[in-house]
Amino acid sequence: MTSIQSTARKRSTPTRPGDRIFRGTSIAAALTILATLAGVALFLTIEGIPGVLASPDEVKHGTTFIDYVVPLVFGTLLAAVLALALAIPVAIGVALYISHYAPRRLASTLGYIIDLLAAVPSVVYGVWGISFLATALVPVYSWLERTLGFIPLFAGPPSATGRTILTASIVLAVMVLPVITALCREIFLQTPRLHEEAALALGATRWEMARLAIFPYARSGIISASMLGLGRALGETMAVAMVLSASGVITFNLISSTNPSTIAANIALTFNEATGLTVNALIASGLVLFLITFLVNFAARAIVERRKDFSGAN
Amino acid sequence: MTSTLQPTSPPTPSPEIAKSLRGRSLPTWAPKAIGALSVALALVGVFGPVGFWLVFVAWLVAAIVPLWSMFVEGRRKATDRFVTLLVTTAFVIALFPLGSILTTVVTRGAPVLSSDFFTYSMRNVLGEGGGIYHALMGTLLITAAAAAISVPIGLFTAIYLIEYGEGKRLARWIRFLVDVMTGIPSIVAGLFAYALFVIFFGPGVRMGVGGAVALSVLMIPVVVRSCEEMLKLVPNELREASYALGVPKWRTIVKVVLPTALAGIVTGVTLAVARVIGETAPLLIIAGLTDSVNFNLFDGRMATLPVFTYFSIITPGVPPGPSIERAWGAALVLLIIVMLLNFAARLVSYFFSPKGER
Amino acid sequence: MNRMSMRKAAALGAGAALVFGLSACGAGNESGDGEESNSDLSGTLNGAGASSQQAAVSAWQQGFQTANSDVTVNYDPIGSGGGREQFLAGGTSFAGSDAYLDEDELADAQERCNDSDVVSVPTYVSPIAVIYNLPGVDDLQLSPQTIGAIFEGTITTWNDPAIAEDNPDAELPDSPITPVHRSDDSGTTENFTEYLDAASEGSWTAGPVETWPIQGGEAANGTSGVVAAVESGEGTIGYADASQAGDLGQVAVKVGEEYVGPTQEAAARVLDTAERVEGRAETDIALHIDRNTTESGVYPIVLASYMIACQSYEDSAEAELVKEWLMYVTSEDGQQAASESAGSAPLTDSFRETVQSAIDTIS
Repeated sequence: MTSIQSTARKRSTPTRPGDRIFRGTSIAAALTILATLAGVALFLTIEGIPGVLASPDEVKHGTTFIDYVVPLVFGTLLAAVLALALAIPVAIGVALYISHYAPRRLASTLGYIIDLLAAVPSVVYGVWGISFLATALVPVYSWLERTLGFIPLFAGPPSATGRTILTASIVLAVMVLPVITALCREIFLQTPRLHEEAALALGATRWEMARLAIFPYARSGIISASMLGLGRALGETMAVAMVLSASGVITFNLISSTNPSTIAANIALTFNEATGLTVNALIASGLVLFLITFLVNFAARAIVERRKDFSGAN
Repeated sequence: MTSTLQPTSPPTPSPEIAKSLRGRSLPTWAPKAIGALSVALALVGVFGPVGFWLVFVAWLVAAIVPLWSMFVEGRRKATDRFVTLLVTTAFVIALFPLGSILTTVVTRGAPVLSSDFFTYSMRNVLGEGGGIYHALMGTLLITAAAAAISVPIGLFTAIYLIEYGEGKRLARWIRFLVDVMTGIPSIVAGLFAYALFVIFFGPGVRMGVGGAVALSVLMIPVVVRSCEEMLKLVPNELREASYALGVPKWRTIVKVVLPTALAGIVTGVTLAVARVIGETAPLLIIAGLTDSVNFNLFDGRMATLPVFTYFSIITPGVPPGPSIERAWGAALVLLIIVMLLNFAARLVSYFFSPKGER
Repeated sequence: MNRMSMRKAAALGAGAALVFGLSACGAGNESGDGEESNSDLSGTLNGAGASSQQAAVSAWQQGFQTANSDVTVNYDPIGSGGGREQFLAGGTSFAGSDAYLDEDELADAQERCNDSDVVSVPTYVSPIAVIYNLPGVDDLQLSPQTIGAIFEGTITTWNDPAIAEDNPDAELPDSPITPVHRSDDSGTTENFTEYLDAASEGSWTAGPVETWPIQGGEAANGTSGVVAAVESGEGTIGYADASQAGDLGQVAVKVGEEYVGPTQEAAARVLDTAERVEGRAETDIALHIDRNTTESGVYPIVLASYMIACQSYEDSAEAELVKEWLMYVTSEDGQQAASESAGSAPLTDSFRETVQSAIDTIS
């Protein structure tokens, strides 16, 4: 298969000007991305380094950069992981429902409705999180503390306003849900019909068909979609800033009003009144977020690479 | 599909159903009836006076189907029914926040909408009245500019990755860096755009197009990511058939690959637009805030709907009522814009996608 | 070009035409006719800075732009720090800031202002209310020591003897106190902690800070966030601009021997007790507010926010605009407008004279 393709490429490239132009444009576009990212990285590094090196008495937070950023990294990861843990199973379920379970006529409307969730501005998520979700969760949290208080996660004391990291994670989960769902849905729909029918013809139930035909085919796509969702969860600023009652601690306690902050929310909350080296420290924390995304994606890529046999275009 | 391809019974009948080739199965009315009962209970639980716990009861009622099936139809079918229940549950769970947010935005935003709301700006408006014309235009122009920058770059990058870059080191790097780009916090994108424009235009620069650049930084990775996935799914057989007919590679891409993936690409682009159209932080830094209409992307401050919404909520003035109402109205308008966009995307994929098997 | 991309191009063209068709007409309220003014001022004036002033700035924009219909004033509420920075870099004509310029910034400012002094005047004085949500208790009175201890976390229940002492008549419940503070850095927090530091007699130990120093307690983003958090929880107490407190209870604070609520009059009077910071230029009015005042009828928890401009601009039209703008902002009309739509305390007459004579030097 590959040999045919490569001979075709070898023969066509030098002869046709259209091909050369098209190929050139594609490479140029790819290089533009490289340049943009290099620009962003350069900007973050140049502006961030002085913040990393600043001594504690030169910045407002009054600690070394490491002490400052570690709780933020912890909070960022905790919120994002919780959000994804909540969102991915639901998103896959929804995508599968829309692509294979819902009545055909209804399915596109349903997909349309879920897509709408992606359009809600984060400010609105923030307001919704404070005024509706947090309030609704207060009794749930006190119940969790009473019945499951022996688990450190729910040690309490429960927040009186419900604005905890768990609430923030739920809001984040709702925000990333449409992103993951939309991509998964498209990918599930692209499963070759013959694979599905073959599975059914062999007597597989609908679930077995999904497990044997759809999921292997869509695995790399599901991981990609989750990474997109993770990117959004890691970088989300306003909604977290508005919902979370943050105070820069490291704790696994999910339901108290003392919660770790996230990097992006912390930038939004402190940037306005920051001057001098504090600004540099904040930008450096942005650089840290950048590195986290780098590492997470590295890991995800490694997983996808091992599983690439099912992709259509290799 | 489901109607024509009902799963048939297991190929090796177990002893107790050896008599007939078809296994025993639940009466066809049973899942439907139980499902309907469960939905009714859930609806009463959500809207009725009884209480939210009824929703859990409804779920338990629905769980009767797989249990029953376990005894009648055997383990495999029961698992299937159970998964059906789970998948449907996932969908219903997703509907709760969706319904809650949508009703909040619509009920609080709809009363504000009027012709004045769409045609007035906030210039010289205090307290009641005024509108979002300036912010609406700003959002449309800046987002359109951002899409004009990111869609070509993103799409061509995806084409490079899938069609030209297979196995190349550059492609691997680009793919990886695009992933990293998805993690740029929006405020950093804004700061980057600001720093970039300060180099050319001096400090204190405010420009609509700067906002478009900041949004592009956020948008490009989403476009690349979704386009790449969609192009990847185009079967190689199609490409090979086209090469076999002597069609050059670029025409194969334009005429075969892209149309096949069009629906997915359009969805991806719409998602990307939806992702950035509600961004607040970067636009505040580089596009600023103004009360007046500005159509020039290259000169001066431009108001946008998210920034307008944010500050209408954060600094509402006295009394806060009218300002907060306008904020909800603006949020609703933003939602409607994306809805229309989504609709347009669907039309595009309906008319331009090759008519396939689905 | 093939048929399909032709169709696509046509669709794009139609879309573009729609956008431009819409953009051909201005906003319904910006037509300009009927807005005759006698002013010959024109141009655009850009400023940036504290978001605390944003509501007041909208009122001033309205007044100023109505009087001078050819003028557009823009104000980006990007925060005091950003506002000062962009002003010093020459990006904006004026800045709004919750704090006056420090020594380093003053040096930069001289450079930015062609070696002239900086004109820095308080334009927005707003009482910060201590708000609480405790059903059944309507008129809570607290001494500074008690407030300090509550926010420090050493007083944790509402029926604490210290609170009971200030409120002999109230029925205080045995419920826990949830103090709510700002999670973002803000001038409000800085002014509030400055007050606690000066007046709490040691029950507040963290000093005056912009970032909330104590871990624990409830944190919320912005004034509206604090108000929402206090509203949604029971037994909560927080601090926020008095104008945004809504229906929440507002603590009357002990000053001297009496309890004073956060009214505009009581807040305005604090400026009369304030001292100017020594060693600064004549036009640089930096105030040191006496938080520990015992004078009757003065409410000491206020936020004083400044507008910062140059004494001399290269462009005389810009100077004229800035001057007229600040004159309007500090005028009786301007202060009254801000008081009505932002809940700030209008500058007193005697203080206005000082301020306006400083603004008068702009050229």
